[in-house]
Amino acid sequence: MKYWKLFISFFKIGLFTFGGGLAMLPFIERTVVEKEKWLTDKEMIDMIAISESTPGPIAVNCATFVGHKVGNILGGIVATLGVVLPSFIIICIISLFYEKFIEIEVIRWAFLGIKAGVAALILFAGIKILKKSPHNLFSFAIMLLAIEISLFTTVKTFWIILAGLIIGVIFYSILNHYEAKNKTEEIETITEDVNEEPVVETEEGDNL
Amino acid sequence: MIFVSLFFTFLKIGLFTIGGGYAMIPMINDEVIAKGWISEADLTNFLAISESTPGPFAINMATFVGFEKAGFFGAVCATLGIILPSIVIIIIISKIISKFLNNKYVNYAMQGVRPVVVGLIFAVVVSLIYAAFLPNGFDIKNISFASIIIFAISVVMLSFKKTKNPILIIVTSGILGIVFFGLFNMR
Repeated sequence: MKYWKLFISFFKIGLFTFGGGLAMLPFIERTVVEKEKWLTDKEMIDMIAISESTPGPIAVNCATFVGHKVGNILGGIVATLGVVLPSFIIICIISLFYEKFIEIEVIRWAFLGIKAGVAALILFAGIKILKKSPHNLFSFAIMLLAIEISLFTTVKTFWIILAGLIIGVIFYSILNHYEAKNKTEEIETITEDVNEEPVVETEEGDNL
Repeated sequence: MIFVSLFFTFLKIGLFTIGGGYAMIPMINDEVIAKGWISEADLTNFLAISESTPGPFAINMATFVGFEKAGFFGAVCATLGIILPSIVIIIIISKIISKFLNNKYVNYAMQGVRPVVVGLIFAVVVSLIYAAFLPNGFDIKNISFASIIIFAISVVMLSFKKTKNPILIIVTSGILGIVFFGLFNMR
């Protein structure tokens, strides 16, 4: 019974949200927090944080998370299938007619225009993520480097993303290590509190 | 074997799409267009279709490519491929949720990868703009003024809360496309 409810709830979420991922969150919240009370407000916030910082489509991540909480692994699978199925069915039908559809002259003109509109849409999607990135010179430099590598070299996206993850860990570990060190030195001069020192020491070991 | 290849290609895309939706386009460029499964024009057409149909963009994309390439069963393989990493990773993380959210290295990695993802998305924008504004290669005489106007109008619409609905943008630029390219015979 609870599996059926999970399936139907997420099927509706998949069916009635346009624009994907982030556009789904208000709808998910209404169903999951207000109506069914599967998650608390705080759990909802945690879920968004996790969905955004793990690989994969955000909507699928959310469905799996809620489903798992309500009905364990089977629940996760059922909710995910629910959110995916409407898209799957609709797109299969569209794909059947895609080639004929795209050859109609009026449609061809429309899609020439849409091409420019889509470029603007993607630009703004990028700006949205930019707002969530750390605002410092380093992060700006990384962004420019990624643009350049992606446009002018044949390095695969996979490696560029992997490099970003690794560089993030190294750079911010070093940065925070020095910030922590400065802080502990300040504290030492004032109160002679040396509690934090052993922690700092092990971090240094990790970095080297 | 095309089904296995579809499954693993989308598994890889699912595994390396962080931040959802459009962050996936650079990977699609690399893995799907490079393999010749769909053309670049198909990708932009399909972006518009995907924005105007319900459901997560990534799922729409996987289903579309799978179906175009190998019919219904191809669509099943591609879609399963793209959701599998999510299912496995989220279930593991749900068990250690508090540790994951408070882990500083996870945090650092995310701070490092976000600007990279932004850069990759902007790179896509640059090549899309290039293809739309200069459809016949780099020749300033053949610049498409109609595309520039449509792009500018879309940017203005996206800057205002009331008009930033993606479906509205698609419909508007589609109508303008018919008017400019069809009725006025512009380039």
